[in-house]
Amino acid sequence: MFKLVPRKEPNRAMLYATPFLAVALTILAGFVLFTLLGKAPLHAMYLIFLKPLTDFNSLAEMLVKATPLILIAVGLSIGFRAGVWNIGAEGQFTIGAITGGSVALAAYPDGGPLLLPMMAIAGALGGMAWAAIPAFLRTKFNASEILVSLMLVYVATLLLSLLVHGPLRDPEGFNFPESRLFQEDAHVPNLITDTRAHIGFLVALAAAAAAYVYLERMILGFQVKVLGQAPRAARFAGYSEKTIVWTCFMISGALAGVAGLFEAAGPVGQLVPSLPVGYGFTAIIVAFLGRLHPVGIVFAGLLMALTYIGGETAQIEMSLPSATTSVFQGLLLFFLLATDVLVNFRVVRAGERLAAPAKPAPAPLTPKPAE
Amino acid sequence: MDLLLNILLGVTVAATPLVFAAIGELVTEKSGVLNLGVEGMMIMGAIAAFAGTVGTGSYVAGILIGALAGAAMGGLFGVLTLTLMSNQVACGLALTLFGLGLSALIGQSYSGISLPQFPRVDIPLLTDIPFLGPLIFGQDALVYLSLALVAGVAWFLARTRPGLILRAVGENHEAAHGIGYPVIRIRYLAVMFGGACAGLGGAYLSLVQTPLWVEKMSAGRGWIALALVVFASWRPLRVLGGAYLFGGITIMQLHSQALGLQVDAQILSMMPYLATILVLVVISRDRVKMKLNAPSCLGKVFYATS
Repeated sequence: MFKLVPRKEPNRAMLYATPFLAVALTILAGFVLFTLLGKAPLHAMYLIFLKPLTDFNSLAEMLVKATPLILIAVGLSIGFRAGVWNIGAEGQFTIGAITGGSVALAAYPDGGPLLLPMMAIAGALGGMAWAAIPAFLRTKFNASEILVSLMLVYVATLLLSLLVHGPLRDPEGFNFPESRLFQEDAHVPNLITDTRAHIGFLVALAAAAAAYVYLERMILGFQVKVLGQAPRAARFAGYSEKTIVWTCFMISGALAGVAGLFEAAGPVGQLVPSLPVGYGFTAIIVAFLGRLHPVGIVFAGLLMALTYIGGETAQIEMSLPSATTSVFQGLLLFFLLATDVLVNFRVVRAGERLAAPAKPAPAPLTPKPAE
Repeated sequence: MDLLLNILLGVTVAATPLVFAAIGELVTEKSGVLNLGVEGMMIMGAIAAFAGTVGTGSYVAGILIGALAGAAMGGLFGVLTLTLMSNQVACGLALTLFGLGLSALIGQSYSGISLPQFPRVDIPLLTDIPFLGPLIFGQDALVYLSLALVAGVAWFLARTRPGLILRAVGENHEAAHGIGYPVIRIRYLAVMFGGACAGLGGAYLSLVQTPLWVEKMSAGRGWIALALVVFASWRPLRVLGGAYLFGGITIMQLHSQALGLQVDAQILSMMPYLATILVLVVISRDRVKMKLNAPSCLGKVFYATS
């Protein structure tokens, strides 16, 4: 039998190794899954993880999908560090698309260079407003922000459907429940010509950089980390939980809102009921896979985008069910959380426990608090 | 009279899956474990029960398979949070995301199949009593099972020794461990019981309520069940009341047109979610009371130091 023995300090090597271990285990589980489904596992893996990297268009599509994932995950990660669980990013994404998109529709057919920035600001404000509801109810009435933010996802989706069936419907659209196509100036400029990759990706990278500075260099960022790791210490130090909850929700709401606007004004180009496709939930996986660290999240977002693109290819070529991708993503999160134990615990043989302290002490750690 | 009867029967059908899921989660939480994956366990129960019924041709077998699938999902959650001591909130989310994906994958070959109407209980003479007959004696068997389950859990927690031990583990796991109770084993059982109940709730959705398999058919009911446990202040009988209240709100949207209400369908569909938020606010407002009612070790990781 094996036993888990706590480490004196979190092991930094494991901290970085576990995401790779989790990916490896997911691929292994994928082999089993595809074999059970009666599909050639090697070919499926090739299609999902390697093929998209070999052609230019798929690489550009990866950036399209990675944009909302990174934007949302960067925002969520700040809250997750503080133990503030905004899991309704999908709703804030949807509202951001509605408010930002409404600016374009209100201005139609006028454009101008200021239109897109205004849409982005409206999107961010919309996301913040939606995120303000759970933040307010949590700080004022102690209501679980997890359940409130999640309930609001369903409300937001229904609201979008209501609006495109009514006030925002395309007047020339033969009663289809969708808005008109945005005017030229309301489209997010392309990053690479002839692809759908847009400058939102640069914004996502900038958001990750800003989050890095915020967490490493600013006092509130430090407080966020302390609240997550040692809530009692944070209380003794007099940090305001209220301020931190609000900050986390405002940042993640704004980023999710902008992500929603980019999706509507980017690859989609209009408001449609099917706009929310689950980026807000996948971003939760991205945040954990990236170890709640901005740099890690950029890579995790790209990897997750790869599984989306590769998953689609595999669905078409091997007639796999469309849910395959989400099963993969769920498995990945499981393995990640499961292997997390190795960061704080050592695996030893049950009988070996007494001898354990004689082993060499873990390598000296940097003074920086571990994630 | 007929309309009222229809509404009341509809409320029962809408409430029963919530009763199952919430009473299971209540037991889980009483043992000190917060499993946010109810939605994932429920949807797995729904597809497993549906596939099981189609495959075996027997409702009983299908329902059992649904409960087993839920329990297996609960066990998976136990491995992650109890054995590997991972974060319970994150694992609950993972369980939901995984369950939604896997159920869709399994369900692909079952969409479009429909099952016959689930049989209702029919006791000659009694069921024929006007109005009260169908309401009290003419529901389907699972409704009675859900009611019995609530009564059983209430009795178990309040009146039996194992129930007391389970609550002790949830209130103070260090002390319970010190006395010599196997904290982790008890929590595994509680989590798997919660999973089996959520699976039954899912089975009710796919076998009785629709009766069809539709992707993501749980539509947030697992999350509403979580809120119901808070609403009920962790008391079994209040779970029952809360679930029927929510069933009522859900059924309102179906009958609102008959009652002459002119409201958009989307707004009506928002009602259960908005009501959940409202209920959470009203109940959670009193911090002191919340602290008294909630199991003290809820969501805390247990590691046996000796």
